[in-house]
Amino acid sequence: MSESLITLEHVSRTFSVKGQPIKAVDDINLSIPAGELLCLVGESGCGKTTTGKMIAGLLPTSTGQICYRGKDISTLARSDHKEYRLGVQMVHQDPYASLNPIQTIYNILAAPLRHHGFTRGEAETKHRVRELLEIVDLTPPDDFLDKYPHQLSGGQRQRVSVARALTVRPTFIVADEAVSMVDVSIRISLLKMFTRLRDEMGVGVLLITHDLALAKYFAWEGRIGVMYLGRLVEIGPARELVSHPQHPYTQVLLSAIPEADPDATRVKQRIELRSADMPSLLQLPSGCAFHPRCPLFAGEVCEKVVPQLHRAEWGSDVACHLVPAHES
Amino acid sequence: MPGLILSVRDLSIAYQARRGQVQAVRNISFNVERGETLALIGESGSGKTTIGLGLMHLLPSTAKVIGGSATYRRSVNGENASVTEVLSLKGDNLRQFRWHECAMVFQSALNALNPVLRISEHFVDTAKAHGYLRDTNALRERSLRLLSLVRLDPKRVWHSFPHELSGGMRQRVLIALALLLEPQLLILDEPTTALDILTQRNIMDVLKELRQKFGFSMLFISHDLALAAELADRVATVYAGQIIEIGDVRTIFRTPHHPYTIGLIKAVPTLTSDKSALVSVPGSPPDLIQLPIGCKFHPRCPLADERCRREEPTLTEVTSGHQVACWRWSEAREALKAYRTS
Repeated sequence: MSESLITLEHVSRTFSVKGQPIKAVDDINLSIPAGELLCLVGESGCGKTTTGKMIAGLLPTSTGQICYRGKDISTLARSDHKEYRLGVQMVHQDPYASLNPIQTIYNILAAPLRHHGFTRGEAETKHRVRELLEIVDLTPPDDFLDKYPHQLSGGQRQRVSVARALTVRPTFIVADEAVSMVDVSIRISLLKMFTRLRDEMGVGVLLITHDLALAKYFAWEGRIGVMYLGRLVEIGPARELVSHPQHPYTQVLLSAIPEADPDATRVKQRIELRSADMPSLLQLPSGCAFHPRCPLFAGEVCEKVVPQLHRAEWGSDVACHLVPAHES
Repeated sequence: MPGLILSVRDLSIAYQARRGQVQAVRNISFNVERGETLALIGESGSGKTTIGLGLMHLLPSTAKVIGGSATYRRSVNGENASVTEVLSLKGDNLRQFRWHECAMVFQSALNALNPVLRISEHFVDTAKAHGYLRDTNALRERSLRLLSLVRLDPKRVWHSFPHELSGGMRQRVLIALALLLEPQLLILDEPTTALDILTQRNIMDVLKELRQKFGFSMLFISHDLALAAELADRVATVYAGQIIEIGDVRTIFRTPHHPYTIGLIKAVPTLTSDKSALVSVPGSPPDLIQLPIGCKFHPRCPLADERCRREEPTLTEVTSGHQVACWRWSEAREALKAYRTS
């Protein structure tokens, strides 16, 4: 196992809503090796975006620490801090809101290059901008330099967002629902582009999504982590996690997804929840947060003890009292 | 033979924009049979929502129905009772058609409910506006029954304001509200988009149960192929304002013939699909103001030839009930099998 680029140790984040504390992320432990393609999936409110933002340094943690190349990001010295801020970039969900509408594509990409001194002089900057546009498949680049964001389609804008993240030569990109606002017919080509960035430049990607099928496709050789009410409940190799889910929540999620096959989807076995209602983050259930809805609910232990991640079958780490440990 | 409930012929709708006319819907024809669910699938901007809004007379002021007709056949006890020309409805007749005959469930459940009215008032207002069930107790009873049919706790929801409910609960309130006046046709515009997986599952199950119980027909508008696969009896693919392929749900998913339908199905990852099987459709949808000459899909189509660039194909019958608008449909399946983009 290669050394990890980013590690999260007991990371929690609490927000205050009307004076009441809300635990959005609770005790996450995660180690991300350089160049990994990782997906975080879960329903809205599960804390996946908050986790992504903390990794990108856009939100401080409440407790716990995040390390970049072994150093705690909250106490970095000036030069290390710059290295981290450039090294971890974020691509946002909405390509219509994340690009400055009154700047040309050239200016959008040239600004960070100049500011951080990656290029010197107009000629070199232009050369690098063209290169970046080619990397994200906006070709021929000269067609795009003088355009404004509104002249591009959603997919093209998202490519510009990625090119902008790449200007500062990052080692890791946090992509928050980066393809969910893009038309279905071009999502795959965007994901393929991320995979290519990894293969050619070693850039690791954390893709935050609610779509498990998409997560499996993207993290084919990487991992998928499933979050529920602020906690990581299962994390494992992508394909195994989808074909052999271990945590009951993962199993329920997978069974609920319709398949694009009229016969398969109509006979698919659905796992019923004990309760359809998502508990409020203001009043999190005791013990395992999933216990009021869990189909495997086994009484006291689930109500009282918070389960910790342990290695189960198929290489997954699972936080559930009822999934037996598996020594590999 | 159950007969047709809705028959749309050569419907065209355009939006007036500063740059020119946006041809959102062009010469669309389709039928919905009684008790059937027809899914319109397509990408954003393909015109599928405009079709639904056009039928309900809910188009924004910049849009205009340019031509075509839509015939609705009301049935009473299984007999065709009356025929309505939907697009020319006005005044009381339009009011009678909306909600009594045909109700629409919108995508954004938060915006579709009035934030300052309790759920109960939504039901009462709707009934009052359409002169339905003047008896308050009977109305309340029917509303509560509908709310429990969509798996809500009627007592809790009845006195709630929309903001007190979650997105999934609001969407289910809308479905119950749509069914209040016992419509025979339900138009659902992306009813589960923006909802979580488990909430979406719940809504799908509710829709299937209600359809079984009441036997209404559905026009289901979605970009999600999997939802169409699960819910629809027939599927129509919409591209650049036209239906380019229509057929039985199994035919469309098993043996699609239009290169775009084939491409769309290949572009969507599923839980069981292999990574190498996925290919995205190159390019992006056309500008609806300046549509390409010939087949509107030709700039993105790997099979496009001279004829595709010159002449626009119309729907032709492949097998009974399966129609495709493509000059090269007979070779498309074979030719695209080997095709992979870089």
